[in-house]
Amino acid sequence: MLSFFITRIAQAIVVVFAMSVIVFVGVYAIGNPIDVMIDPGATQEIRQKLIEQYGLDQPLIQQYWTFLSNVAHGDLGTSMVYNISVVDLVFSRFPATLELVLVSVCIATCVGIPAGLWAGYRPNSIGAKLIMALSVLGFSVPTFWIGMLLIMGFAVELGLLPSGGRGDVGSLLGLPTSLATLDGWSHVILPAINLSLFKMGLMIRLTRAGMVEAMGTDYVKFARAQGLPDRQIVFQHILRNISIPIVTVFGLELGSTLAFAVVTESVFNWPGVGKLIIDSILQLDRPVMVSYLIMVVILFVLINLVVDLVYARLDPRVRLKGGA
Amino acid sequence: MTVALEVKGLTTQFGTRNGAVTAVNDVSFSVQSGRIMGLVGESGSGKSVTGFSIMGLIDEPGRITDGQVLVQGTNMRDLKPDAQRSMRGRNVAMVFQDPMMTLNPVLRVGDQMAMAVRVHEKVSKSAAWDRAREALEIVGIPAAGERLQAYPHQLSGGMRQRVAIATALLHRPAVIIADEPTTALDVSIQGQILAEVRRLVDETGTAIVWVTHDLAVVSSLADDIAVMYAGRIVESGTAAEVIASPRHPYTRGLIDSVPGLHEPGQKLPQIPGSTPQLANLPSGCPFRPRCPRATEICATQPPHSGTDAHSVLCHHPLEAS
Repeated sequence: MLSFFITRIAQAIVVVFAMSVIVFVGVYAIGNPIDVMIDPGATQEIRQKLIEQYGLDQPLIQQYWTFLSNVAHGDLGTSMVYNISVVDLVFSRFPATLELVLVSVCIATCVGIPAGLWAGYRPNSIGAKLIMALSVLGFSVPTFWIGMLLIMGFAVELGLLPSGGRGDVGSLLGLPTSLATLDGWSHVILPAINLSLFKMGLMIRLTRAGMVEAMGTDYVKFARAQGLPDRQIVFQHILRNISIPIVTVFGLELGSTLAFAVVTESVFNWPGVGKLIIDSILQLDRPVMVSYLIMVVILFVLINLVVDLVYARLDPRVRLKGGA
Repeated sequence: MTVALEVKGLTTQFGTRNGAVTAVNDVSFSVQSGRIMGLVGESGSGKSVTGFSIMGLIDEPGRITDGQVLVQGTNMRDLKPDAQRSMRGRNVAMVFQDPMMTLNPVLRVGDQMAMAVRVHEKVSKSAAWDRAREALEIVGIPAAGERLQAYPHQLSGGMRQRVAIATALLHRPAVIIADEPTTALDVSIQGQILAEVRRLVDETGTAIVWVTHDLAVVSSLADDIAVMYAGRIVESGTAAEVIASPRHPYTRGLIDSVPGLHEPGQKLPQIPGSTPQLANLPSGCPFRPRCPRATEICATQPPHSGTDAHSVLCHHPLEAS
């Protein structure tokens, strides 16, 4: 178990390091941020001065080395646009994304898994076919378009829910979140549904596939031969067996949605990190891009670690080993 | 002797693109308490489907279309689904072929067995575990308490099959359907399990339908034998009678092709041809194209002949010796 954690941490360090190189080189190749930020009427001298101030006149290797030594001192840099510490900037936006993603993942799971179970339990029923058709829509129709439809329907036509923004923010367990207020919930629900549809489609298909396969296995037939009712077979025998792929995808989706909820955040004008990273890319705000992507890598490593721990809980045949 | 299981005219069909296929065709037999009946046949002869039909566990597109399954006098087919379910495990239980697959890999053996106890009896969890432990002891598993804590992958194949048999025995059912339970095991383990089953049947009075393609196993274990071919029982009787003087040419062929009965080095007799496809059976006797005794009359439905102790479905049965 200990060797498992040590291996994982070592792997994480390598991945983060590799990621930082790729991002750094990539960002360097995009262009000079000074050209974007500076007033076009500024003199050549001011321009030169700014370039020197940010160290952009140094060779790439030198810049990367400076960045690394700053990171080693716990300094991820300062945003060129907002002129505040990148860490503060990301964490000021992160709770908004976190609450949005958590709500959407909950919706996707709470609807997707039962729907998938049903679709796999009675694969030939009309309900199952309807569920499968919806799941195809869920991940083939573009997110932004559904988002716009939701706004048109619920905000514009019916006037039931606000069309965008985060709403009133309360405090829950010390975190500023709109989930603490009713107004906040009314703001979060539409973007959360929008964000959940793709994941829901995925959950439905995964659960259904597992369920169909499990229904034909001997251990299910054996349980039926013992006289167990179907409900007990599904929830006590099958669900745990098919939950491994579900947990994997759940983890991946949680990570990628936290990192890249960009489209939904843009459509619903949600002040989260997805919008932050898009703005940073447009403005060539290098420190934000580099640091954010590194934080995303760390997030993924953490989520994968948790997923592996959950595996070991779910399946007694899984052994956590170093190097695996 | 009481009749534990009586099957009358059981017919099971599977819907296919080309119409209904009859996998079990008008099958009738009965098994008395404390006796083992070997249900013998090649792959695809319908013997496993017969077992599942008795359990009422035929899935779409299959359907039991006719007949009665009387377990201790109660016709399972008359019961509502929920009443039928409550008979499964309690009055009639089943053991499967592959012990590697029959236990749920992610649940402890004890949890799975306790579930099987509690579905039919309102007892506490710890009482259910006690019952499970007793059942494991009955089938001869040492250190039963520890085995209950184990997950299936920590047990050997023979051990897992014992667990499955113990699970089937939990409620002392009147009938156990055993679907080739020793086929996947080593020969030495197979021998142990057969001896164990024989002992359990004698002690508990459970009736067993032992589905198998292995005549050698049946001849050493079973009291009675029914031979299936293409969904029908073509010959049945006491094991001694059927093995010693088979009357159906198919049974004769099966017995002749058991290797142990011949001088080493000689070519083993075979039944020519292969099992017919159920979708297009020949008219009359389905064994006709492979049968050395077949004549024109075999294109018509063969009659039953013989006695209750040894009956055969054939136009030209071999002479009883």
